[in-house]
Amino acid sequence: MSMKVNTRQVDGITVLDLSGRITLGEGSVTLRDAIRDLINKDQKSILLNLGDVSYLDSSGLGELVTAYTSVKNAGGELKLLNLTKKVQDLLQITKLYTVFDVKDDEASAISSFTK
Amino acid sequence: MQWFLDIGRDAKHTANTKRNTPKWRRLADSITSRIEMTLDSTLESVSKVEQEAEHFAERAGFDPDEVPHIAMAVRECAINAVMHGNAYSETKKFHVSFAMEEDVMKIVVSDSGQGVDLDSLPDPLAPENILRGSGRGIFLVKAFMDDVHFRKLDPGTEVTLTKRRVSEQADH
Repeated sequence: MSMKVNTRQVDGITVLDLSGRITLGEGSVTLRDAIRDLINKDQKSILLNLGDVSYLDSSGLGELVTAYTSVKNAGGELKLLNLTKKVQDLLQITKLYTVFDVKDDEASAISSFTK
Repeated sequence: MQWFLDIGRDAKHTANTKRNTPKWRRLADSITSRIEMTLDSTLESVSKVEQEAEHFAERAGFDPDEVPHIAMAVRECAINAVMHGNAYSETKKFHVSFAMEEDVMKIVVSDSGQGVDLDSLPDPLAPENILRGSGRGIFLVKAFMDDVHFRKLDPGTEVTLTKRRVSEQADH
C-alpha cells in the first residue's frame, strides 16, 4: 500500500496525517513533495502524525530526517506524533529519537509549538 | 523473473519436533526449503523479494516479531543491488536465494554492478552524520541479522545474511 497524506490545520499548526508505507519508491517522494509545498506556502509549523504508518525503510527514515532539516532550515518546527512500536524501534536503533521531538498526544503536541 | 523452488522432507527432524510444539512450528520444521530468484533491477522486484522473504521466514517458523526485521534486511539488500549495484540497468539482473539450514535462515543477494566501497560507508550514528538523509540501510541490515558478510564479485557484490531461529525451549 502506498502512502496517503491528509492535511489539516489546528490552531495554526499544520497536521499531516500519514498512512501506509514510507519507503523508496512509495511514500518518500510523496512526503518530500508535501513538505516542500508547505514550506513554499510559509506553513512551517508541522506535526507529522505517523499513527497509521505501517512501515518505514531506511529511505523513509532518511525522508523524515530530510523533512526535519528542511523545515528547521526554513525557520520552522517539525514534530512527530503517534509513533507505532515498529517506528519507535527504528528511531531508537538509529538514534533518531535524539533528533526528533516525539509526542503521543495531539493536543499537547499542538500547544508545544512556538507561537 | 525466474523461479526455482526445492522442497524436501526431513523425516528425522519432524519426529524430533512433533512433541509439545504448536502446529505452525511443526509444519515449519517438517520441511527444508530453498528458493532462488533472478530478477529485473526494478523497485517492483525489491517489493517482491521483500514479500517472499516475509513469507519464507513465516513458513520457517521465525518469531512473528522477527519476521519484519528479516524482510526489511532483505529489502535493504535488494535496494542496494538494484540502486547502487546495478543502477536500475535494464540489462542487469540481481539474484536472491533463501534457504533454511537447520535453524538458520541463509539469504544471499548478488548484483553485477560496479560495487560499493563498504569501508567508506559513514557511521550513521556519528553526530556529524545523524542528520544525513541516507546511509542507514546497511546499518539496519547489521542490526537485524546475526551475521552479514560481503564478497566482491567480478563484477558485482554478494551479501550473505544469516539469522538463527530461536527455539521455544530457549525462550523459557
